[in-house]
Amino acid sequence: MSPSPCLVVKNLTTRFGSDRAGATVVDGVSFDLTPGRTMALVGESGSGKSATALSLMRLIEAPGRIIAGKILLDGRDLLSLSEREMEDVRGGQIGMVFQDPLTSLNPALTIGRQIAETILAHNNISYAEAEKQAIDLLLRVGVTDAVERVHDYPHHFSGGMRQRVLIASAISCAPAIIIADEPTTALDVTVQAKILRLLHDLQLEMHASMLLITHDLGVVAAMADTVMVMYAGQIVERADVDTIFHNPRHPYTKALLACVAGIEDDRSVPLEPITGTAPDLTDPPKGCRFGPRCPMVQDSCLRTDPKLRALSNDHAVACILVAEEKVDA
Amino acid sequence: MPEIVMQVSGLTKSFAARGSRSGSIKAVSEVGFSLGRGETLGLVGESGCGKSTLSRLMLALLDADAGVVEIGGVDFTHAPAQHKRNLRRRIQIVFQDALSSLNPRRTVGVNITEPMRLQGIGTAVQRRIEARRLLELVGLRAEDEDRYPHEFSGGQCQRIAIARALVLKPEIIVFDEAVSALDVSIRAQVLKLILDLQQQLGLSYIFISHDLGVVKRICDRIAVMYLGRIVEIGPASVVCSAPVHPYTQALLRAIPIADPRRMRIENLGLIEGDVVGVPTENACAFAPRCPMRFDRCLQSRPELASAFAGQQVACFLLNSDT
Repeated sequence: MSPSPCLVVKNLTTRFGSDRAGATVVDGVSFDLTPGRTMALVGESGSGKSATALSLMRLIEAPGRIIAGKILLDGRDLLSLSEREMEDVRGGQIGMVFQDPLTSLNPALTIGRQIAETILAHNNISYAEAEKQAIDLLLRVGVTDAVERVHDYPHHFSGGMRQRVLIASAISCAPAIIIADEPTTALDVTVQAKILRLLHDLQLEMHASMLLITHDLGVVAAMADTVMVMYAGQIVERADVDTIFHNPRHPYTKALLACVAGIEDDRSVPLEPITGTAPDLTDPPKGCRFGPRCPMVQDSCLRTDPKLRALSNDHAVACILVAEEKVDA
Repeated sequence: MPEIVMQVSGLTKSFAARGSRSGSIKAVSEVGFSLGRGETLGLVGESGCGKSTLSRLMLALLDADAGVVEIGGVDFTHAPAQHKRNLRRRIQIVFQDALSSLNPRRTVGVNITEPMRLQGIGTAVQRRIEARRLLELVGLRAEDEDRYPHEFSGGQCQRIAIARALVLKPEIIVFDEAVSALDVSIRAQVLKLILDLQQQLGLSYIFISHDLGVVKRICDRIAVMYLGRIVEIGPASVVCSAPVHPYTQALLRAIPIADPRRMRIENLGLIEGDVVGVPTENACAFAPRCPMRFDRCLQSRPELASAFAGQQVACFLLNSDT
């Protein structure tokens, strides 16, 4: 049926601070990434999207640490690798594109040098050869005058062009997995459209798997094959893209979509904000974390911690009300 | 036709170009529009199109090279300093980054009533009462007056900034990317507040954003800017459903819609090239990227002309195909 996954994440749990005082920002997250497919991870600020991405790359810095779980890449658990082995994985098998290309690029080095260094870190070739490859990569991501531009510094580039440079660097070792964390959030819509298309085309070409992290449901609808909705460190719903948008079951997913419909549609659709704010993770609410803001909340929601349960092969929801509904039906 | 509260005409502003002695860049060129009482006019365009320069010109925070902003029929641009100060009470602004627009060392109450103090309005006690009233009006608690800005979330800071914009009882509020940095759920909350306040207080709004989705949702009319000029202006529903200018069309096609049945990456519209450099005076600024350009577009510049249903468009196609 479906091809075997290239990355399997099981019960990933990342916590900042101590056991007693602190916050579990990634709380028992499990998912698979499949070659050639895009998985979107969607949620609001502080929901744990970026912490999930950084955990996958083992880039969580103290006082944060991964306290449980497995990250299996081709059967190898990344959490058991040495730091040296992990360096080969980063930029090698997993390429990463961040939101802010200006801060991810070194302002004091030419962009040719920065891409070449990534290549040299993973290949035993000469600098001249690496620079030649950098030029080819820049051409591939649409930097047309790449032969001259390898000698330019990051500040010589526009925001969209910098993002292309970063993408060139991320794909330099033909990674099996691309993690793109809000890759177009800082860009204008016309530039965003081009960068999204570029990522999509490169992914198809390389048959890579992409984990796309975004808060923008429009970007999700355009790019994703599968979607995970994250709230307060937990995955609350996971399904194929059509199901998420047309048959969402978790009250948070529904509320999020209603917000977007209220904002994006014309004035006939009422604005329906979700009341309240996301919980403080140092002191999360008992039971369901969305409970205090949920329009459907029942007493039992505040007592039971809902687990992500499969409704069908490709649809899972963490809501006790949905589970009950299914038993009735 | 409602009463006009603000009339902008021929507004122009150039900045000296960095690294060149002679050159200057026209950030805003001959921009004109009117704003009716209780109306919301959206200004959309991408980075560098002149939206923010225009907002600062409207508030007389920058001096215009040419053109006039009239507020309630009075010339704001050329008013003498003392008079300008009084006129400033009638137009206020809310910026994108609310936290950095608030003074971190003053309480929220003092921040909100700072404009009153500067304008010499009310006693300290009256200002406190006003701060408490406004905090409740924007959906916070009166007791929050003694807390500091950093204790509040992004959405709450934006509410505080809105309270401060209201303190001088203005007729016009300019929102410069005021909800752009907020998460969708919070964005919806703040937009609802903005709309409710307009209903209650009869305010007129200029709503500046790069996000056409949001603009479409709350504006009566929309003006689309490209490299310092308005290229299309008209009723929001018409501009969004039947855009005439190729740039407006391209902008709309580039927005991903939150529905995978209507929009996938393959249908996302791509425009040729990037926004580049300084437009030439005698050509359409969008021509180098326009899929529909013809000879005339590179030889002269189209002026805004009336199209259909109250739209005005600066494009030669308008005349050529009718």
